[in-house]
Amino acid sequence: MSPSSRLESVLRSGDFAVTAELNPRDSADPQVVYQQARILAEFSDAINTGDGSGANSHLSSLGMAALLARAGHEPVMQLGCRDRNRIALQGELLAAAALGVGNVLCLTGDGVQAGDQPDAKSVFDLDSMGLLRTARIMRGQGRFLSGRKIEIAPRWFLGAASNPFVPPYDFRPLRLQKKIEAGAEFIQTQYCFDVPRLRQFMARVRDMGLDERVFILVGVGPLRSLKSALWMREHVPGVVIPESIEKRLRGVPSDKQQEQGLQICVEIIQQVREIPGIKGVHVMAYRQEEWVGEIVERAGLLPRPKLAREPLVEEEAKHVSL
Amino acid sequence: MSHILHRLQDRPHFLELAYRGSRRLLSPFKPWLKPGGWMERLLIGGEELSKGAIFGCRMCGQCVLHSTGMTCPMTCPKEMRNGPCGGVRLDGHCEVIPEMLCVWTQAWERSKRMPTYGGEFLRVLPTLDRRLSGSSAWINDFSGEIENIETSWRE
Ligand code: SF4
Repeated sequence: MSPSSRLESVLRSGDFAVTAELNPRDSADPQVVYQQARILAEFSDAINTGDGSGANSHLSSLGMAALLARAGHEPVMQLGCRDRNRIALQGELLAAAALGVGNVLCLTGDGVQAGDQPDAKSVFDLDSMGLLRTARIMRGQGRFLSGRKIEIAPRWFLGAASNPFVPPYDFRPLRLQKKIEAGAEFIQTQYCFDVPRLRQFMARVRDMGLDERVFILVGVGPLRSLKSALWMREHVPGVVIPESIEKRLRGVPSDKQQEQGLQICVEIIQQVREIPGIKGVHVMAYRQEEWVGEIVERAGLLPRPKLAREPLVEEEAKHVSL
Repeated sequence: MSHILHRLQDRPHFLELAYRGSRRLLSPFKPWLKPGGWMERLLIGGEELSKGAIFGCRMCGQCVLHSTGMTCPMTCPKEMRNGPCGGVRLDGHCEVIPEMLCVWTQAWERSKRMPTYGGEFLRVLPTLDRRLSGSSAWINDFSGEIENIETSWRE
C-alpha cells in the first residue's frame, strides 16, 4: 500500500511545520542513520534526506529515506536530476512509494563542479520542473512518461525548492508559480539569512495568490563560525549570507561564534514566522544536528504535534528502539 | 561578423518578429517539410548557420527560442528548460561556469522586451526528446513532432 504523508497532515491542520535535514552519511551501518533520525524526529515533523548533497557520493537519498520509513519516521526524499536520466528517476520514484516514502522533493541539483568528483558526467536529462510534472503524471494518471501503465499508482506529497535570494529576483515568484503548475504542493526554500529579501518575495507571492496554492517552508540553519559562514558563501551554490550577518559573527570572539550563530538562527525563525503566507521552517544544521532541538525550542516551536505511525517493519523497529 | 550577429540577441523584439515572419513564410511549404529528405538537409544547414551564429544554437531539434527570451536554453550547463536554477550568483553569473553570465537571467530580461511571445516564458515547457538532437527544428515543428511531445506532456 502506498504511503500517505504525515507532513501533509500537519500542514493541512494549520500547524506551523518544522522539517529537518539529515546530514549526509558515509557508512554501511544503518545505525548512524537511525541515531541521527532519533535526535531530529523529536523536534520535527519530517526529515529530509539529501541526494548526493554537495555533489558528493553518500548513502543514497532513497536508501536513507527507506531506513527512516522503516523506523517509523517521516522522510522527505530529495531527488535530483544531476545523476540520473528519466528512466532511473521514474524507477527511483516508484521504489520510494513502495518503500513507504510519502514525500518527495524534486530538485535539479548542484552541478558536479561543487563536489569532490568534478570529473563526473552530469546528466540533467530532466530539470526540476520536468521531474515534478513526471511525478504528478505517475501519480495522477498511473502511467510512466512513455504512457506505459503503472499497476498501482504511487501517492506522494510533492515538493520543490525555491531560492528567493538570488537573481533574477523579479522572476523568482514566477518560477514558483511555474513549479506549482508543474506539480509542487509544498516548497522548501534555500537557507534564509536575508529576511527583508524574503519579505519582498512573499509580498509578491501573496499578490499572486500563490501562498494559497502551496505550503511554503523557509530554510534556516545555524552558522557554526565566521569561517564556516565564509566557506559556505564561497562554496555552496545559492547560499547568500549578507554583510549584516557576517558583521554579527565578526563582532564576537571565535569561541562565542557558535552561540551567536544559534541566536541568529532563532531570531530568523521568529521573524519568518511573522511573515504571512509562510507555513513552516526547514532546519538545515550541517554537522550540528545536536543543536536542532535547542533551536526549535528557543524559537518556541515545541512541542511538535504527535501523529503516530507504526514502524513499517516490526523486527527492524525492535532493533531500532534498543 | 559572428560578434555582430551575436549582438542581435539584444534585439529580442526584432528577433521575435523575424521568427513569426519566417514561420509564416515557411508554412505554405508544409507538405514538403518532412523529415529525412533533401529539404531537411538544407534546413539543417540553414539553421546551423543562422541560429548557430546568433544564439550559439546546439541543434536540439525542438526550438523554444520564442518561449525563452530568444536565448538558447541549451547553452545553460544544466540545460534547464524552465527558468534559472537556484545557483545563480549574486552578480548574475552562472553557478557552473562562473565566467559566464547566467543564460536564464539574460533570457528573462529579454523576454520582458518581447510583446508578442514574452508571455510564453511562463509556460511549463515539456522535457526534451533527445532523439531529435541534430535534426531540423523547423521540420519537426511543421511535421507534428513538437505537437506529439506537447501531447504526452499534457495531463
Ligand atoms: S546559473 Fe543559469 S546558466 Fe548556470 S546552470 Fe543555473 S540556470 Fe543554467
